[in-house]
Amino acid sequence: MAGSPSGPRTLFDKLWDSHAIVTREDGQTLLWVDRHFVHEGSFHAFNKLKERGARVAHPELTFGVADHYVPTRRSGRSIDPTIQNMIDQLERNTLENGVLLFGLNDPRQGIVHVVGPEQGLTLPGLLIVCGDSHTSTHGAFGAWGFGIGASEVAHVLMTQTLWQRKPKRMRIAVDGTLAPGIGAKDIALSIIARIGADGAQGHAVEYAGSAIRALSMEGRLTLCNLSIEAGARCGMVAPDETTIAYLRGRPFAPAGDDFERAAEDWLRLKSDEDAEFDREIALNGSEIAPVVTWGVSPEDALPITMAVPDPEAISDPGKAAQIRDALAYMDLRPGQKLTEVPIDRVFIGSCTNSRIEDLRAAAQVLSGRKAMVPGLVSPGSSLVKQQAEAEGLDRIFKEAGLEWVEPGCSMCVGMNGDIVQSGERCASTTNRNFKGRQGPGARTHLMSPAMVAAAAVTGSLADVRPLIEERS
Amino acid sequence: MQPFQRLTAPACPLPYANIDTDQLIPARFMKRSRAEGYGGYLLHDMRFSGNGTEIADFPLNQTPHRIAQIIVARRNFGAGSSREAAVYALVDYGIRCVIAPSFGDIFASNAVNNGLLPAKVGERDGEALIGLLQETHAELTVDLETQTISAKEISIPFAIDPVWRTKLLNGWDDIDITLSQADAIALFRELDSSIRPWVTPRIRDGAGQTTI
Repeated sequence: MAGSPSGPRTLFDKLWDSHAIVTREDGQTLLWVDRHFVHEGSFHAFNKLKERGARVAHPELTFGVADHYVPTRRSGRSIDPTIQNMIDQLERNTLENGVLLFGLNDPRQGIVHVVGPEQGLTLPGLLIVCGDSHTSTHGAFGAWGFGIGASEVAHVLMTQTLWQRKPKRMRIAVDGTLAPGIGAKDIALSIIARIGADGAQGHAVEYAGSAIRALSMEGRLTLCNLSIEAGARCGMVAPDETTIAYLRGRPFAPAGDDFERAAEDWLRLKSDEDAEFDREIALNGSEIAPVVTWGVSPEDALPITMAVPDPEAISDPGKAAQIRDALAYMDLRPGQKLTEVPIDRVFIGSCTNSRIEDLRAAAQVLSGRKAMVPGLVSPGSSLVKQQAEAEGLDRIFKEAGLEWVEPGCSMCVGMNGDIVQSGERCASTTNRNFKGRQGPGARTHLMSPAMVAAAAVTGSLADVRPLIEERS
Repeated sequence: MQPFQRLTAPACPLPYANIDTDQLIPARFMKRSRAEGYGGYLLHDMRFSGNGTEIADFPLNQTPHRIAQIIVARRNFGAGSSREAAVYALVDYGIRCVIAPSFGDIFASNAVNNGLLPAKVGERDGEALIGLLQETHAELTVDLETQTISAKEISIPFAIDPVWRTKLLNGWDDIDITLSQADAIALFRELDSSIRPWVTPRIRDGAGQTTI
């Protein structure tokens, strides 16, 4: 059988095998969970725990992070009582169970998918879960990270295990060299546009190829983060020297000789040469252009040089209706050039694109230029904020006219006070352009941090490449 | 968990693809306690306009469909976030089965954990059901034992993971099954600690690093 422990195995097969406790006749396998992150939204699961009179079975493997509901403008402002209640609940639930919390006032606070890697809690070979679909992010380290619902969160809290059925395996290879100004976000959106928002449903994705190898850890985190937007519950990149270099010296990662020994194990975590995948996709990295979304699903993505699609030109009536509905919501005309779409606001942040490299890429474009529209920049963590300020990036954002705020999920989730007003159009580094995602009636265009910066200084969706060329 | 075996009930067509979890329940309602019930927030921004009035031509607002216990939608139903509140909204409204050509993986898993059946049908069969419901407001019968959906002269098969099927038919809860595996878990941990000694987090509460 392909993928059995004796034959050639993919990276995912190896991760699966190393976490399998027992497999039932029906194929369900009980898996050991190495790390479990909880956040304010995990209250349903803690309530289930209380109903059973149970406690967290392994608090030493469970970590709390306040991110979804935290306000990003904190000093001197009173917090909305319903939001404060969400933060308090998380504090109570973690404290009562002896779970370490990176709370609102912790110097390491930030978005869970930024904090985990930053603190060395995310390591290669781990199975990591969290009640958040973007837990796929952690796959950047060759870990197996996936999002779970509240019932599953409760199950992990009580048992540190989870029943799963083995997904199929998909490899997405991107070879070639990316052009200047093109990044992981453009790769990810190109993949989603090609295979669809449900294209990788039921699959564990491994990203491979020279363009992926050339990505920094920040880039790999962005790429794996967006796996769920192609329908894949998890996406991963095999560990290499880039991974090891990032992890050395992280507080919760092994240290000294332990680290070196671990690194040897981690570098062996890769797909065997003749391992079989259930599905293979290949993209040419050198052909990838800066991508923006025009519709209400991440699959509605096109190179910035293109025009809004015309539903009349689509033969499939279902697809045509879907486009018509998206254009009505987004207030776009068929055939309208994407570079002629004016914007009202920009947002730089979220678990997709709020790391130091993302902020540098945006600042490079914004430096010495003025934003034509208002906007918010929310760094992914307090440590990212501190680093950005040390590099003077905050000054660049502020001088361009953008607001520099505290870390959190901010304007990506529409639940912490940061929202896009109804009818407003936002160029955003986030992950979902769903209707109402950034606030009721909000219109979202997804793109990379550099592309958001280009949109900010242009006042419309714009190609970042000429703006970068002017600089070099 | 309430078992699901066979259901004959009114069904509502929702002829849209990609009905994501942000549509199923907008984020702003998720601070509320489940005890208050989430049914009123189901598809809130599709059902209600900005001033809170019902959008008359939305199918679920039309008299025959209001009491639906089954929804028939297009592909990629429940895509998006892991929020189980999306399932709570459906269940609390009274929906017991969603029929679509494909489902978000996390949504489908959450659905099964709450006794809601995600029934996967072929695109063409799904369109036939939508067409039928738009014309006649028929009731559908969903039989999980035989994996068929029937109405009038139509009878179509649906797919579901066999494990999920068993779980739904019996109304099983995973936790009790898992707790019976305590010995296997202990054995796994003992072996694992020698194979992967680097798994344990090094510090419980470090002083916090100062750079990234």
